[in-house]
Amino acid sequence: MSVEPPGVQTFTPQAFHRQAHDALGNPQIRANFRSAMDGLMGKRREAFADWELEALRELGASVRLRALAQLPDLLERLEANCQANGIRVHWAEDGEAACRLIRELCEARGAKAVIKGKSMVTEEMHLNAHLETAGIEALESDLGEYLVQLNDQTPSHIIMPAIHLNTDEIADVMHDKTGIPRTRDVDAMTAAARAQLRERFMAADVGITGVNFAVAETGTLCLVENEGNGRMTTTVPPVHIAVTGIEKVVEQLRDVAPLYALLTRSATGQHATTYLNMISGPRQAGEQDGPEEVHLVLVDNGRSAIYQDDELLDTLRCIRCGACMNHCPVYTRVGGHSYGTTYPGPIGSILMPHLMGLEATKDLPTASSLCGACGEVCPVKIPIPALLTRLRREAVGEGRGNVPGAGSKRTRTEAAAWKAWQWLATHPGAWRGAAGVAGKLGPLTPSKLGPWSDHRVAPKPARHSLHALIKRHRSATDEEGQS
Amino acid sequence: MTPIKCYPPKPPRVYLFGTCLVDLFFPEAGLDAMRLLEREGIAVDFPEDQTCCGQPAYTSGYQDEARAVAAAQLDLFPEPWPIVVPSGSCGGMLRHHYPKLFAGTPLEAKANELAGRVFELTEFLVHVCHLELEDRGAPETVAMHTSCSARREMGLAETGPALLAQLGRVTLVEQARAAECCGFGGTFAVRHPEVSAAMVEDKSRAIEAAGAERFVTSDCGCLMNIAGRLAHRDSEVEGEHIASYLWRRVGQ
Ligand code: SF4
Repeated sequence: MSVEPPGVQTFTPQAFHRQAHDALGNPQIRANFRSAMDGLMGKRREAFADWELEALRELGASVRLRALAQLPDLLERLEANCQANGIRVHWAEDGEAACRLIRELCEARGAKAVIKGKSMVTEEMHLNAHLETAGIEALESDLGEYLVQLNDQTPSHIIMPAIHLNTDEIADVMHDKTGIPRTRDVDAMTAAARAQLRERFMAADVGITGVNFAVAETGTLCLVENEGNGRMTTTVPPVHIAVTGIEKVVEQLRDVAPLYALLTRSATGQHATTYLNMISGPRQAGEQDGPEEVHLVLVDNGRSAIYQDDELLDTLRCIRCGACMNHCPVYTRVGGHSYGTTYPGPIGSILMPHLMGLEATKDLPTASSLCGACGEVCPVKIPIPALLTRLRREAVGEGRGNVPGAGSKRTRTEAAAWKAWQWLATHPGAWRGAAGVAGKLGPLTPSKLGPWSDHRVAPKPARHSLHALIKRHRSATDEEGQS
Repeated sequence: MTPIKCYPPKPPRVYLFGTCLVDLFFPEAGLDAMRLLEREGIAVDFPEDQTCCGQPAYTSGYQDEARAVAAAQLDLFPEPWPIVVPSGSCGGMLRHHYPKLFAGTPLEAKANELAGRVFELTEFLVHVCHLELEDRGAPETVAMHTSCSARREMGLAETGPALLAQLGRVTLVEQARAAECCGFGGTFAVRHPEVSAAMVEDKSRAIEAAGAERFVTSDCGCLMNIAGRLAHRDSEVEGEHIASYLWRRVGQ
């Protein structure tokens, strides 16, 4: 009988509060995220130091907006140009359809072993679990993903999947799960993992990766990475399946340059990544390497519904750099797993409600103080706070009603409370009266104010409101004027 | 990015929008704001019927209720005078969110017009009044907490510190991660009390660690939050609204 290791936990967005509570009480998690996020913020700042950042963000946003404005057309051009390059293009309406499609592609080759490059969209559809049920083993080759998979966890960050683990914890995983001698030497651990993975690359029947940018005009798939595992995954196995959300398409090759410049600096503070793969087809006659087959799976999974709304479609600008989470004071404290969703942090809170519905994710759009740090750093200028506010409206049934689960958060009590507040704030006489009463009761008001006062002294209504003070001030200055 | 704003010359008259938090919990801050403006020879009109800008409902998703309350405020400032707000958060609501709230409604033009003459207090004191301060207070070490709305929505990271820098006997220190949110966030503090508490704990510790004897802020939400946390821990560091602090040190 196998005993579940203590690390194994299932996280759900419904349990955000409990998960956040656990993370907040875990000094190791707190320290790991704080130091990692501080480091990433500092690197980003340095990387942009000599750049006209605002102009570059403006450019990034306009490239993405231009692509989205002609999305249906660009997708057709992408399909045609990929096909002309020998890349076979498939469309999947949702995650399930995509999983099925990918499994069938694997089965057609009799594949038993799949090697994967980092791909959040395959996390979104739980591809690995799906392949496993069909007897196909999928192994993650990105180092962070590899660790997370060894540890039976899910990524806690979209760029750095294992950011919740510190060196000691990684040493434990590597020792416990792969049997290498225990070491804290990062280089030694990396070398061990590379050696372990290298054999698997050779044995893999299929390589599966994500896509950072899909260029419509040329039918080129761009893959940004640092470890070379993406290069291996797309060239060593006989079949490469690239999987991407439909929003990743850009119009022209030259659109890649500003987005790449923004992506690497925003994500890790790098001026360039070690690898930028530009895949434009399977191996040609006379070529030494490359896969025999290249497939592109274009996944919708809720995206075209987002696209229908002229405000929410800004969500689709995202280039998945992770900067919004790195700068989020909430994410920094509760970590990625607390959100219980594939994409955590600010981008997750504006994207996941569309994928899972507002009922399941109702605590996510409110899990933000609307401090604006995310919107300030987003390289493609997604107005994240405005989108969070919009989803809050949808959740309580005062939006356009076009997000799944709209209205599910509305409770009679809360709605009635806001109605009462509205009445008071539109009846100035009553408002002043209430302020007066509150002031008089000031000394008597409870010093406990729900959870607020577990950590803070409860505020006391002032004895005299500003309205009252100004009245007095006026009569005093008037008297002065008269005397 | 906040567009570059052209500031008007110092006007003879302004409106004061006090905000509900100031009205109920920190009325002195509102009165001191008024005194600072009057000291500059500006007559201050305080429309009696003002209540709340509507932001709490707006950020909670209760847009219809927020709009009703906001609509009531729109009627209170008929003259073309500037509207000064002692809060970046409520100022941001009036300046940036009213136009969105009323877009496509008959009140759209009115909301846009009003939004165009809203100023946060420290912004107005620095850029319109070109306030000059002579410090009469005792030497003190102070940290400034600029609210996220003032900093990011209104683009006013500099105005508060610029005013404090004029106080000759005040040593201004900067706490670590000064730009990070204090964890108030309006209803956020109520809906996610534990996360909010973790944030305000870090903020209050950073202010203490910077060696400040006092912190000042231009937003009463942050003030209530950070000072409430410091007091809960019996810290010696106190908080104050910047209007009150300035008035105390230079006033009369
Ligand atoms: S929302 Fe913006 S900051 Fe966040 S991951 Fe996407 S592109 Fe990056």
